[in-house]
Amino acid sequence: MKEKLAPVWLLAGRELRDQFRDWRILFPLIVLTFFFPLLTNSFAGEVIGFMNRYGGDLILDRLVPFSILIIGFFPVTVALVVALESFVGEKERGTIEPLLSSPLLDWQLYLGKLFVGIFFPLLASYAGISFYLVLISHQNLNLPPTMQILQLLALTFAHSVLMVSAAIVVSTQATSIRAANLLASFIIIPVALLIQGESILLFWGGNDQVLWMATLGVLMLAVILIRVGIAHFQREYLLGREVDTLNLKWLGSTFWQEFRGSGSTLWAWYQVQVGGALRRLRTSILLVFVLAIASSVTSYVWVSEIAPTYLSKMSTEEIGTMVDELTASGGLTSLNENVSFGYIFSHNLRAVVVMLILGVFSFGILGELLYIVNIGVIGGLLAGLQYVGFSAFDLFINGILPHGVFELSAILLASAAVLYFGAVLITPSPERTMGEVIVVSLADWTKIFVGLVVPLLFIAALIESYITPGLLLNVM
Amino acid sequence: MIETKNLSKAFQDFWAVDDVNLDVEAGQILALLGQNGAGKTTTIRMLTGLLRPTRGWAKIDGRDVVAEPTAIRSSVGVLTEQHGLYLRMTADEYLDFFGRVYQLDADKRKKRSDYLLEYFGLARAAKRRIGEYSKGMRQKLALARTLIHEPPVLLLDEPTSAMDPESARLVRDEIANLRSSQRTIVICTHNLVEAEALADRIAIIYQGKILVNDNLDALKRKVLGSPEYEVLFSEDWDFPESSLPKGVEMLSQEARGFSFRTSAPEETNPLILRELGHVNAPVLTLQKKQRSLEQVYLKVMADAQGQGGLQ
Repeated sequence: MKEKLAPVWLLAGRELRDQFRDWRILFPLIVLTFFFPLLTNSFAGEVIGFMNRYGGDLILDRLVPFSILIIGFFPVTVALVVALESFVGEKERGTIEPLLSSPLLDWQLYLGKLFVGIFFPLLASYAGISFYLVLISHQNLNLPPTMQILQLLALTFAHSVLMVSAAIVVSTQATSIRAANLLASFIIIPVALLIQGESILLFWGGNDQVLWMATLGVLMLAVILIRVGIAHFQREYLLGREVDTLNLKWLGSTFWQEFRGSGSTLWAWYQVQVGGALRRLRTSILLVFVLAIASSVTSYVWVSEIAPTYLSKMSTEEIGTMVDELTASGGLTSLNENVSFGYIFSHNLRAVVVMLILGVFSFGILGELLYIVNIGVIGGLLAGLQYVGFSAFDLFINGILPHGVFELSAILLASAAVLYFGAVLITPSPERTMGEVIVVSLADWTKIFVGLVVPLLFIAALIESYITPGLLLNVM
Repeated sequence: MIETKNLSKAFQDFWAVDDVNLDVEAGQILALLGQNGAGKTTTIRMLTGLLRPTRGWAKIDGRDVVAEPTAIRSSVGVLTEQHGLYLRMTADEYLDFFGRVYQLDADKRKKRSDYLLEYFGLARAAKRRIGEYSKGMRQKLALARTLIHEPPVLLLDEPTSAMDPESARLVRDEIANLRSSQRTIVICTHNLVEAEALADRIAIIYQGKILVNDNLDALKRKVLGSPEYEVLFSEDWDFPESSLPKGVEMLSQEARGFSFRTSAPEETNPLILRELGHVNAPVLTLQKKQRSLEQVYLKVMADAQGQGGLQ
């Protein structure tokens, strides 16, 4: 392994030496590293003074962890240019071909670039944070606890790895530095939003472990991005394309060919296209089925355990409202008289599309989370209703099963297609470009959606609006 | 050593290389000639496994370029169209870096690097940043990089394009040396004099297809016809066409000489000389007319363009 990693360090070392010889990279990094902590410190002081003048009760110490998070993030956004131009820059300068013609393996090339990409942002971030800590200790402010500093350093590391791994993916796929730089906003803005979420955890998380969990989550996403990058790293792609063009005609025809196939009848389409997609989804279907069972059982057990303590603190009115809310989200919408066929159908369709959209931007992860929450609610709902005196078994047989057979099958299939989409994206595909992989996977998802999910949801909505209410009235 | 069968590459609906068949033995030099965009670089890139053939296959030393790309890249030295130099490095750092990439030990790296820098006249500039080098120096350094690991196969894209005549000569000598050490070399070039001086075989590629592929003499015969000879007189003399033996075609006739074409010079030329002696013609010389690769190339290209592309 040491021998296999040697070329990685060789590449990284060369590039690091190169970067250290470039004042255009060093100068802004040094300035930002020391200027930004000063600016943050002075700005935080001003804000606190202003708030306190109008009756606020803030002390500067409370803002220190947040400032550390921001000071760590800011230099990464600037140093990201190193990662963004890693491959595409070499391509533009014509230095990539001798490297690609050498016996270096794809992953060695990729990791070499990744390490250099991470090194500079991290160096700048840690230098900035260190300088800031020195600064506030000289102001007689309290430093955050050591554990929290470690958490923030770990989180900064995770942010750097995440952003750089995304930037390297962009760099392998872009055909010019200009395009890569423009695409950088698709990295910086989501991570900035992520940091806002983490700030909420920082101020109001209330649990020491929550930042570790956030770090772990960010790192997992970074690992997936690295995997995607290596899976779709193609020497041919780096050399073969010279111009950035959005070929809508090609996109449309590839999607349509993949979606429609060669069959001339609807039955043939179902047999070949939908059947083929289903065969490819076999493992994903099995996985999401297991996930569904696990999440329902877990939520059932969990709610059964917490319900006595939780419900004893609530008034009858509050319990009623909660039951209404739970029934609405748990598939018992038919209890509500205002719910029509159209509402149910469109609501379920929307949920499936949202699952796809979230899945597309997170390699299937967020889509699956939404699915797990949706299915899990059923178990929790049955446990809750059982606690307030209903029979969970009767409710399930009469209130969920009749339409659930269709609705849950539809959601399970859509979810499996989203999971498959993510899995395909992180699987190497030397025959296809990343664009082709995405288009073909979307076509597969659409086949499942149009061919199975929509009809199943249609039938489910019919049953839920016209049959389930009658059945439920018998048991409630 | 290098073998391709129906090697083809399509970019969407454009065939950059179309059914290319090559066979280059060890110790041979193949010159690949053609216009810009004819498919030379794409062919080279397929031979190094950088581009995956759409159709057909290519083997180097019996190894398939798609199945064993890493082994292929270890045994091939590629001089790319662009020099691909890291301008902030010094020449010795650069060669050392690529020596490491090709996994040479420290001793070997130093020896090869020193030899190549010395050979190409870059030793005195070895500690200077490459950014300060002239175009020709950069080209020489790129060639040194190609040779650092002493590869048995060399794929050279325009090896002397930016060089002064002295440096170009130096490079040509080195290429000739490499051939004598049984290396297999493919040169893509627009320099026909260079190709003529170095190549054992010449292939002309046009719109992705190989139009001709043979040694120079055979190409001249095929493309330009049988050899042409020229007789010069020391004074004006009239030599009638009817005096020429059967099978000899008179091409031109002037007061001080004439030229002719024959497919069997061993048989016809002694007869012509005998006839000239018999009539006491004041013969100064009888010599074969020199026909250049340039004539072959231009004829092949003119035919191809006239026919809309293909033979």
